[in-house]
Amino acid sequence: MLTRTLLPVATVSAMVIAFWYVMVVVMNSAWTLDQAKRSGIELQFGEIVADTMQQDRPRLPSPHQVGLELWDATVAKKITSRRSLVFHGWVTLSATMLGFVIGSLLGVLLAVSIVHSRVMDMGVMPWAIASQTIPILALAPMIIVILNSVGISGLIPKAIISAYLSFFPVVVGMVSGFRSPEFMQIDLLRTYNATKRQVFWKLRIPASVPFLFTSLKIGIAASLVGAIVGELPTGAVAGLGARLLAGSYYGQTTQIWAALFAAAILAASLVGAIGMLQRLTLARMGMDR
Amino acid sequence: MPEHSGIAIEARELGLRFDTKDGDIEALRDVNLTVRSGEFVSLIGPSGCGKTTFLRVVAALEEPTSGTMSVNGMTPDEARRARAYGYVFQASGLYPWRTISRNVRLPLEIMGFNRAEMARRVQDAIDMVGLSGFERRFPWQLSGGMQQRASIARALCFDADILLMDEPFGALDEIVRDRLNEHLLSLWRRTGKTVAFVTHSIPEAVYLSTRIVVMSSRPGRITDVIECPLGPDRPLEIRDTPEFLEVAQRVRAGLRSGHDD
Repeated sequence: MLTRTLLPVATVSAMVIAFWYVMVVVMNSAWTLDQAKRSGIELQFGEIVADTMQQDRPRLPSPHQVGLELWDATVAKKITSRRSLVFHGWVTLSATMLGFVIGSLLGVLLAVSIVHSRVMDMGVMPWAIASQTIPILALAPMIIVILNSVGISGLIPKAIISAYLSFFPVVVGMVSGFRSPEFMQIDLLRTYNATKRQVFWKLRIPASVPFLFTSLKIGIAASLVGAIVGELPTGAVAGLGARLLAGSYYGQTTQIWAALFAAAILAASLVGAIGMLQRLTLARMGMDR
Repeated sequence: MPEHSGIAIEARELGLRFDTKDGDIEALRDVNLTVRSGEFVSLIGPSGCGKTTFLRVVAALEEPTSGTMSVNGMTPDEARRARAYGYVFQASGLYPWRTISRNVRLPLEIMGFNRAEMARRVQDAIDMVGLSGFERRFPWQLSGGMQQRASIARALCFDADILLMDEPFGALDEIVRDRLNEHLLSLWRRTGKTVAFVTHSIPEAVYLSTRIVVMSSRPGRITDVIECPLGPDRPLEIRDTPEFLEVAQRVRAGLRSGHDD
């Protein structure tokens, strides 16, 4: 069991890291050679390789540099420090979670109304789809500016951008979920003279649970993206997005990569947490075969 | 008991047309049928002969376009509100997230029975179909035949006196099917319910029924109604007796003549 999952994962990871190291040499050697030429030094191949791994501002930082920066910015720094990724991660996470909760609730409510009303089905769905075709990068600054002009800044605007991205997968998933029962199931309830409300609570809601968790997984990842994008136009104040922006202002590639990895780890943990909730819930419902 | 003078289902000049993409389909034409209380009537015929549609009209799941249907002396819609029938579909349709006993309880929850009454009725129905001991299992832990028995218990638990069954054993293998047929027959004898049973199988129809309605397609209509005088006591071996084979022969002939035109 362990070797069956661990071995493939370890193999792929090793390949990715190996490829990364090769690319580090390829991308950074130009600068190394340039420096050597200026000081009139001939470099051996081994020396070139060694130098590409330890530049201050590499084009592509090496894996161990990124790992070190991650360690330094999480464990070694105090959480309250402006350079701590835990601090910035928390700022992003709080906006993500608030946006996710708003977006998911909105998504479920919209799905309920779409399933129950033809007008909502015809009227809302096209708008929901259209909303997702607008690049969030173009929309985010406007949301920030507009809300700022009415005195709302900080957490709320970012959460709204998060919600904007995360409601959509929830709407789509839950509409399919609520509609997943077969005609026969609906007919059976009609023979009991069940009300629409009873059909909804006894059949549609439990049938949609597996769909809910799948949508939530996509939704929370989208929420995180939304929060990070929402942090970009605020001028690098706080959050992982701010770290990314500051890193690119000052050419701190290692800092950018560390922030990227922090975001990826955060996303993976959030999706993993929902996956765990999914397993527990389905097990309780007897649907964990 | 409702007052319906011993007639459970009565169809007069019943007709039903569907407007589909492929044009107008006449699912039922001039169907006249009277089912007395306590009868076991099978509807048999090729696919598209309207036997399922007929059952759905009885259950008020379809609206006839001409003629009248009465169930226990009421319109089908009133009959549904009066819980006159239990419906068993070809698939058991059990909820995977409910245990067997909670699945059987579903109609009782919807109809608003109190807790104690629900518990008593669920247990009775489960005992009646021989699923005692499986109350807390989930549907996927049971065989197909047991799942179908659970769905019959679900149809029985609210004491409807008509049982509408749409090819309930159609998806099961021969051996399981034989056992369930035996079971259904003894259940019918014990409860005295009226059963309308849709099937594809001639032996099944003859074995179970007091009367067999032979139907034909395009348009869906009744071509023959055959009495099945085998008596109430029917061991499985009865299927090898000359009386049984004679009835089966008549049904087969009826199906064939309906097929020729």
